[in-house]
Amino acid sequence: MTSSEPNPLPVLLRGGRPLGGPATDLLLDEGAIAAIGADATSRAGAEVIEVVEADGLVILPGLVDLHTHLREPGREDAETVETGTRAAARGGFTAVHAMANTDPVADTAGVVEQVRRLGQEAGYCDVQPVGAVTVGLQGQRLAEMGAMADSAARVRIFSDDGHCVSDAVLMRRALEYVKAFDGVVAQHAQEPRLTEGAQMNEGPLSGMLGMRGWPAVAEEAIIARDALLAAHVGSRLHVCHVSTAGSVELLRWAKGKGWAITAEVTPHHLLLTDELAATYDPVYKVNPPLRSAADVDALRAGLADGTIDAVATDHAPHPREDKECEWAAAAFGMLGLETALSVVHQSMVDTGLLDWAGVADRMSFRPARIGQLATHGRPLAVGEPANLVLYDAAVSEVVRPQDSASLSRNTPYAGRTLPGRVVATYLRGRCSTAVETVPA
Amino acid sequence: MRRHLLSAGDLSREDAVLVLDTAEEMRSLADRPIKKLPALRGRTVVNLFFEDSTRTRISFEAAAKRLSADVINFAAKGSSVSKGESLKDTALTLQAMGADAIVVRHHSSGAPHRLASAQWTHGSVINAGDGTHEHPTQALLDAFTMRRHLGDLEGRRVTIVGDVLHSRVARSNALLLSTLGAEVTLVGPPTLLPVGVASWPVHTSYDLDSSIVKSDAVMMLRVQRERMNESFFPSAREYSRRYGLDTRRMALLPDHTLVLHPGPMNRGMEISADVADSTRSVIVEQVSNGVAVRMAVLYLLLSGSNVPIETPVGES
Amino acid sequence: MPAPAARVVLDERDIARALTRISHEILERNRGPADLLVLGIPTRGVPLARRLAARIDEVEGTVVPSGALDVTMYRDDLRLRPARTLEHTDIPHAGVDGKTVILVDDVLFSGRTIRAALDALNNLGRPRAVRLAVLVDRGHRELPIRADFVGKNLPTSLTEEVRVSVAEVDGHDEVLIATGSVAAATGEAR
Repeated sequence: MTSSEPNPLPVLLRGGRPLGGPATDLLLDEGAIAAIGADATSRAGAEVIEVVEADGLVILPGLVDLHTHLREPGREDAETVETGTRAAARGGFTAVHAMANTDPVADTAGVVEQVRRLGQEAGYCDVQPVGAVTVGLQGQRLAEMGAMADSAARVRIFSDDGHCVSDAVLMRRALEYVKAFDGVVAQHAQEPRLTEGAQMNEGPLSGMLGMRGWPAVAEEAIIARDALLAAHVGSRLHVCHVSTAGSVELLRWAKGKGWAITAEVTPHHLLLTDELAATYDPVYKVNPPLRSAADVDALRAGLADGTIDAVATDHAPHPREDKECEWAAAAFGMLGLETALSVVHQSMVDTGLLDWAGVADRMSFRPARIGQLATHGRPLAVGEPANLVLYDAAVSEVVRPQDSASLSRNTPYAGRTLPGRVVATYLRGRCSTAVETVPA
Repeated sequence: MRRHLLSAGDLSREDAVLVLDTAEEMRSLADRPIKKLPALRGRTVVNLFFEDSTRTRISFEAAAKRLSADVINFAAKGSSVSKGESLKDTALTLQAMGADAIVVRHHSSGAPHRLASAQWTHGSVINAGDGTHEHPTQALLDAFTMRRHLGDLEGRRVTIVGDVLHSRVARSNALLLSTLGAEVTLVGPPTLLPVGVASWPVHTSYDLDSSIVKSDAVMMLRVQRERMNESFFPSAREYSRRYGLDTRRMALLPDHTLVLHPGPMNRGMEISADVADSTRSVIVEQVSNGVAVRMAVLYLLLSGSNVPIETPVGES
Repeated sequence: MPAPAARVVLDERDIARALTRISHEILERNRGPADLLVLGIPTRGVPLARRLAARIDEVEGTVVPSGALDVTMYRDDLRLRPARTLEHTDIPHAGVDGKTVILVDDVLFSGRTIRAALDALNNLGRPRAVRLAVLVDRGHRELPIRADFVGKNLPTSLTEEVRVSVAEVDGHDEVLIATGSVAAATGEAR
């Protein structure tokens, strides 16, 4: 099955609430939203269709992740494109951006096309590859970004994520170069010298725990520098996973200047704090590190007022042996795709900071715009692609790692009760969460 | 007492006093013809050292043997290829061998916590120094040594000098001594005091001379010369001049003030030879007290039933 | 529930008389105070040992050394309960070699404490002889051990508890016999 193949039968979603608004019916046909409201109801009555009772469920546009590690090629023991996208679909995503730090690195047209093709074959959600900025993520010379942009993968976001493009000249050149094909550099903001051997947020707790601190300034200094560089050369900049209150302030300042800067925050930085490091359980070890409660508050406020444009998961699967060890030896990263919407629900919706329309904006509309995905992040309107998610906001569930579709189990939410549940995700009118409709 | 000893901060004042009182009884054993007690007969204590520390290992080994425990020394250093996984595998191996206690020294902060909390072993875990985190038995022996000379530590002033940032001894001492009511001042160059030290239960100062004149005890921390290359201080000479304890500074100390050092010393760096060998110095005594304190810890953690309790019961 | 029964079996004067008698018996048996060392087993054996030594002094006019011997680490039931607090061991400088050691405890019951004391003593040296003095022998021995000097033989049932109070520890001298519920309520049970 390929992702372009439409669902055999039209689908009527009965009684759902688009963007959390009033209940209505939606008819999905030929991969698009064919009708809404009374029209959908009456047309459904006339045709042979599949009816889905969506009574009271929130309907959101299919979520778009700007930051996913699918690990394939190279670390198929941690995740594959198939398992990662299946987890994405279960989390409500219809498109994910696959980060470039695979092995081999996605720094050539060949690798990005392979990743895209694997995504199409799996069919759970659209996989948009991200290209590396520098060859092998080495930070030495530019990768062939033009070739990746012109390839079948149509790469528009370039990132050395996992590594910071720390060389100021190289960063300047990258920002300039991508203008030729309307690309954007997504920077992993981490000044390398300030974070050598760093293990956790630098603060009172790192001092007590005897762990090398990761100062906020290491992130903020790069954001400030890159904002100035992007403005200077008239290019676009995207900042990956901002994690500090200072970063939010800098972004607010840069946006206030009218500069073309966007930014993302991860679900875990919206909910978890560095206090968890006191357990020395490496499931809480992540890059950038979990920060203080004050940082969490600032990030939530920044996401609410639009200073931060998007929520991006930084879904980072790791095999058990890379987490079942002492903290310093463990890998950085957490799973995120399947819990993202629930975490945003708890941290942003339950706190009154965002309504469901706001969630759609930060998790679908804006990330699709940043990634320049034409068929994702579209309004729930007639004629639009039928990419959407049905979400039950009324329930809450305990996170069980063993239930994950990911090959890995490194979720920091194990045992926690999170609100809401993705009931179904539709990719071009076809349910991508129903096991039986998807080839194994 | 709890089942594990991971951090000096885990000890309540009652716990700490119990360990020190018990150590006092253990110390008298040194004067007896037979320096062995049957309390841990049939128990197995494993010294699991991922990092070389002959002094600490020998001290724990002597302590366990004097209590009649079986001792297994396990030097896990060098298995760096498998990195962290080896901690789990080693723990499972030791569990299979029936270890009742694992004394662990590790280069990674928190490794003993991981060992204790990950359910890989049922034995008691004793932190014998983890990374730049803690070394609780060193703090206990320091407190024990000070108490023998100064009496109750309530209100006593202890100055800890040097590389606090990288010192597990400083962390454990700051926590334990403040639990025991002492007033702790950490002194060092600002580069070697951790960020957030203001939230610790201690005072801090950058000036050694003004701090030591009112101290009842001065503890000099080992400073590695290599820190110079990481720009923590400009040169060994400048460090020594500003933060070293030499004859001139020793003359500023009140008559009763003790000089401690956890060892191994960098003579001429943080402490001059004549200070180290002076009558104020209790550095050699610290070593012998280490065995008594570790006996006390092993006895209290291991001699009873495995039911965790808060305070021991009396006679019956 | 009926008020728990507790009966005084020895009062202050009875205890004083018993100790005086025991001190005479010790001297008689030892044919004088030579090489005597009186060691009490904590907690209440220690002040009793001190009193016995003082009485011998009064009679003979020579100082008889006394001390304390903690047996906690030699007990056979260490593993059956949480870790026990150690008591202070205090052996006079001359040691135990060649001495006639009088072990003193408040109550002789199963005999296990005395077994532990003999082991502890063994690690301290080689006494010429070891004798046992107790304030109360309540029977129910579980080991082949008997007392050489007894303040009072007190036949008891296993459901009863014997409670010894000594002034140095408890503020007054008294030996009570109580049924189980009293013993449980007061804690210190023998």
